[in-house]
Amino acid sequence: MRQELNYLKETPSQTAGPYVHIGLAPGAAGFDIYRQELGWDIAGPNAKGERIRVEGCVIDGMGSPIKDVLLEAWQANADGIYAHPEHEGEVEEGFHGWGRVITDFDTGEWGFDTVKPGPVTAPDGKVIAPHISLWIVARGINVGLQTRVYFEDEAETNATDTVLNLIEWEHRRQTLIARKSERDGKPVYRFDIKLQGQDETVFFDI
Amino acid sequence: MKPGPLYQRDRDWHPPALTPDYKTSVSRSPQYSMISLETGVGEITGPVFGHNDIDPVDKDLLSNYAKSGESPIGERIILHGRVLDENARPVPNTLVEIWQANAGGRYRHKKDTYIAPIDPNFGGCGRTLSDENGCYHFRTVKPGAYPWRNWINNWRPAHIHMSIFGTAFAQRLITQCYFEGDPLIDKCPILKSIPDPLAIEQLVARLDLNATIPLDTIAYKFDIVVRGRRSTMFENRPEGN
Repeated sequence: MRQELNYLKETPSQTAGPYVHIGLAPGAAGFDIYRQELGWDIAGPNAKGERIRVEGCVIDGMGSPIKDVLLEAWQANADGIYAHPEHEGEVEEGFHGWGRVITDFDTGEWGFDTVKPGPVTAPDGKVIAPHISLWIVARGINVGLQTRVYFEDEAETNATDTVLNLIEWEHRRQTLIARKSERDGKPVYRFDIKLQGQDETVFFDI
Repeated sequence: MKPGPLYQRDRDWHPPALTPDYKTSVSRSPQYSMISLETGVGEITGPVFGHNDIDPVDKDLLSNYAKSGESPIGERIILHGRVLDENARPVPNTLVEIWQANAGGRYRHKKDTYIAPIDPNFGGCGRTLSDENGCYHFRTVKPGAYPWRNWINNWRPAHIHMSIFGTAFAQRLITQCYFEGDPLIDKCPILKSIPDPLAIEQLVARLDLNATIPLDTIAYKFDIVVRGRRSTMFENRPEGN
């Protein structure tokens, strides 16, 4: 008789469904219940670096914006440090690096304000281009989707980024590059996420 | 302890993206292969929450929205369990958030128009941090089944939506907890998006009489497992994997 490995299995994922707001953003569902909702302030008041806005739509296979998506963001601060005990280095007081947004019920637009993350140095010394990790859940999405927002104006570090270079089809790398514009003097990066089609966004199995 | 990468996610244990019997997945499922990545520093880290972020009452759905002296209608239940990783180690201090319909199967949501009434004393959401042993518990009412538009006569089994963080952004997970003995479990296209019957069973909470409060509240146990982490063998960790 062979020995047993005795690992547990990860709990299987299920869709977040159409009413995800009740649990994770009850104000949007239409009621106030918690002293504070989580994830509305990614960078906090003391964060160094450039204040930016990131926004976009999540578009389904019919070309329609999805209006019941919840997205979470995870990023390093301007010095490339994650607010987590396992990442050496300090972050500014009040910097979380994590945020949660929902799409507008009418337009499907989402957006969040933060600071632009710096490049992160991996343990092997390689430099990871500035990026924000996104996790996307909605009705009809069976397992949360993971992708990354890179920045158009970081072309030099993007060109050497290990993850971007893993994507064999160079034109698909473009689906991860947010486009820069300016509104009221503030940089705005546009990042539309396409779930299907020729220009489907690159998603990661991490 | 040096951080190690996460175990590869077993995609055959999870539902695939495209599950045509759950119709909404058809236009929302990516069609190209995902790009597989080693988990790096941005994936093995994730947000950390503390007791300043939430309040103790947040985990008590019987009282967190009820008017003073009143409580929601329905079967009073305790939902409890542990958050573990694939190595069966407890995951302490991790945020668990839940949301659910009321006992009549109606959600407190401006987009839910089901005929069953809103319960004025029930919000339908809760959150808590697991303790040092990975244990969590909520008090709530058992949610009702409800119809939904997929085929013309689909009914969701009673379920509670659960959101779990773990300690790493790549452990992030949303799932649904079902209840032992519900005849709708075998008929649900969302549950049947999971190919392996054993994986479906992992989503079914067991009646736990030992955890009930006699003459007061019945209990169900639901353990949650997040992805485990590899140890780097040549770092000579005596505790092994």
